[in-house]
Amino acid sequence: MNYILLAVLLMAIVTYLPRVLPIVVFQRKIKSVRIKSFLYYTPYAVLGAMTFPSILFSTGNMYSSIAGTLTALILAYYEQGLMKVALSAVLVVAVCELCFYHL
Amino acid sequence: MNNLQYQTKNKYTQEITEGIKDFKDGFYKGLPIAFGYIPVAFAFGIMAVKGGIPVWIAILISMTNLTSAGQFAGAGLIIANATLLEITVTTFVINIRYMLMSLSLSQKIVERMPGVQRSIMAFGITDETFAVASLEEKEITFPFMMGLIIGPYWGWALGTALGAMLTTFLPEIWQDSLGIALYAMFIALIVPASKKSKAAFVVVIVAISLSCFFRWLPCINQISQGWVIIIATIIASTIGAVFFPRSEDEI
Repeated sequence: MNYILLAVLLMAIVTYLPRVLPIVVFQRKIKSVRIKSFLYYTPYAVLGAMTFPSILFSTGNMYSSIAGTLTALILAYYEQGLMKVALSAVLVVAVCELCFYHL
Repeated sequence: MNNLQYQTKNKYTQEITEGIKDFKDGFYKGLPIAFGYIPVAFAFGIMAVKGGIPVWIAILISMTNLTSAGQFAGAGLIIANATLLEITVTTFVINIRYMLMSLSLSQKIVERMPGVQRSIMAFGITDETFAVASLEEKEITFPFMMGLIIGPYWGWALGTALGAMLTTFLPEIWQDSLGIALYAMFIALIVPASKKSKAAFVVVIVAISLSCFFRWLPCINQISQGWVIIIATIIASTIGAVFFPRSEDEI
């Protein structure tokens, strides 16, 4: 239990620090184009690496995962909102799993 | 003297009225985010409890971290019994992106905002609240930011609590299906950006390729997921910075 609480505390600290430090410390803009660019691309890289291939193992079986992934990709391409994309993917996965279950 | 007192009082009342107006404005703009967070937080609650994390700890994580990617990864590592160093470094690297958002908001907020208020509003910076705040045309005030944050904060906490507590009652098919919710939300964040910017697209593809590479290639697939994300992110972002440096005014 101490291990979990300590882990949660550490997570909270390293989540808060990047949020609070720049806004409190930096009053002037960063000059280095390289650093600015690196920071700019970080979220895309993180989200990409986190999503694939993990999304393919996120449900009961890989077929329903692929169906859900395709649904999300198509809806996201047409720039539907976060909630719509997330819930549609969940629904498609559920329908696929129900079909498998009854086959 | 009386006149001065009256003026001071009047100015004070006016500030409060404007503060309430800004708070309400922020609150309404935060509502869609709040509702969007509920299913994703729900999925987090389920994922955490299914992995053996107690219900109250799952809620505690959401209320102290208030971040999707970071706490999913962190909770996953807790479940896998990873070392505290690995958990800390992974969560930190995933959250590095907030530095840019925080930095960007520091140029956007009212100049005289005291340090205490800055430290409080910083807690509520997420991908979505940042996106809404930075699209505002006016300067961001403390009441606006508080209004914007409060809905998503409780949506995130409530969703986690529901997911964590209902896990045992929810049929397995729905538990399995909700597992994709967060990833689908990530896709909803990266696909539109990759459509608009070739650079973002390249960075995403490089990161995905590296991540798959590490997952499936023999030998190096021994490296844990946390480090894979760190390595993939650093390489992909560096490639982005080297080949597609962004000009001064683009951020």
